[in-house]
Amino acid sequence: MADLPNTPLLDELEKGPWPSFVKEIKMAAKRNPMGADLLGQLEQSYREKIGHWKHGGIVGVFGYGGGVIGRYSDLPEKYPNISHFHTMRINQPAGWFYTSEALRKICDIWEKRGSGLTNMHGSTGDIILLGTKTDELEPVFSDLQKIDFDIGGSGSDLRTPSCCCGMARCEWACYDTMALTYDLTMHYQDELHRPAFPYKFKFKMSGCPNDCVASIARSDMSIIGNWRDEIQIDQDAVGEYADKGMDIQSDVISNCPGKCMEWDGKELHIDNSYCVHCMHCINVMSKALRPGKDRGATILIGSKAPIIEGAFLSSVLFPFIKIESPYDKIKDTVDKIWDIWSEEGKNRERVGEFIQRVGLGNFLDAIEVEPVAEMVAHPRENPYVFYEEFYEEDDGEEEEEG
Amino acid sequence: MAKPVEEVADAMFNMVKDAQGMKKLKPMDLTKAMIEFFGDEVDKKLCKLAIRELIESGRCVYTYFGGSFIELPHREGAAND
Ligand code: SF4
Ligand code: SF4
Repeated sequence: MADLPNTPLLDELEKGPWPSFVKEIKMAAKRNPMGADLLGQLEQSYREKIGHWKHGGIVGVFGYGGGVIGRYSDLPEKYPNISHFHTMRINQPAGWFYTSEALRKICDIWEKRGSGLTNMHGSTGDIILLGTKTDELEPVFSDLQKIDFDIGGSGSDLRTPSCCCGMARCEWACYDTMALTYDLTMHYQDELHRPAFPYKFKFKMSGCPNDCVASIARSDMSIIGNWRDEIQIDQDAVGEYADKGMDIQSDVISNCPGKCMEWDGKELHIDNSYCVHCMHCINVMSKALRPGKDRGATILIGSKAPIIEGAFLSSVLFPFIKIESPYDKIKDTVDKIWDIWSEEGKNRERVGEFIQRVGLGNFLDAIEVEPVAEMVAHPRENPYVFYEEFYEEDDGEEEEEG
Repeated sequence: MAKPVEEVADAMFNMVKDAQGMKKLKPMDLTKAMIEFFGDEVDKKLCKLAIRELIESGRCVYTYFGGSFIELPHREGAAND
């Protein structure tokens, strides 16, 4: 075991009851010399307030254009064990379900061929294996293939699709998020491994509007479970909540953003035509209320974190569609979106930025989708589609004359 | 008639070789150039196959510099020995 460097600043991050990455790196350092050098370089970065990583170069294994993020220390003489410290993104199973045996096998490979440090999971959803040398990339890939794991996406490609645990564990799931995620991952293997887009493209699947994977903020295409009929109400169970002391008026009715609920002390009424499907009432009275029976998803497009332009939230593309295998409508639309965006998009322009540049109307024309009133940025706000057919030529002349 | 994949891959390779060190090319740059050059003897699908052939033969590699590009294999400035 390598001697651990003196790290007074990092040691501060071990204090308190919460998990500490410093503690974990120190544990890994007992088995692998990369850990000690990593602590040393990190302490130096904290002291100097300067990062000491260089990026670039390697992007994948042979034949792949994504899944590896090349990283080198700019102090290789001082920290030789992390001279190379590449990250590998590994495609996680849909919903992040593993057997402990599968996890052990991944860890065994990484202890043998990498630093032993992992990040379960990265913000992309992948299993992140932190720190290995260039020479170990192909052997890791080959070992992972033997246990049926593949590398995920990075760079200007389809990023590894990810989803909430959906129907496997959650009663609110309005469609099978895991089945759709698996299907899209397998269908778009070429786009996942061979970058061909102007920039990254992410799918995230949430089973209901609670949106546990934050797809509305973090994916170019957000597929969020939804229903189009009426919220199911069990009036007896509502009564039980009231009997047990829940203040239904203030905790549920007053917080309904659709202002569409009424409670007369005996019965709960919902005017579903005004419900914005926020899930608040269902979350609060989970025994009494459930999403409707006619279930599917709302598909939204265009969110991203603030890198080039500011942060965007996705906006509605399809207010409601049924989500059924083989998911042809989704795939047809995705293919058309990729076609126009790949051809006309600028380098490093996310699809949301592209739509903003060319205008949603033109974008919809290109992907052959009819505009509908629900294509809004926020509920009941700003339908920013220009309905040419309702615009009379005379209107403009009259305005000018007036 | 459609061009053979190898011929398109060769044309792409020459383009990458000529641009090396001066301009980084994205897969779509290659595809657009091939469609312009060969006209309706190629399409996007064929270009995709040609890019795959280019990478899997080891003649070109994917690189990343803010976005993904296709270049000749070379040692990156950032790489340590
Ligand atoms: S998004 Fe909805 S269905 Fe998915 S885990 Fe969260 S609450 Fe459940
Ligand atoms: S889901 Fe939200 S908007 Fe709809 S009734 Fe419940 S609280 Fe109101």
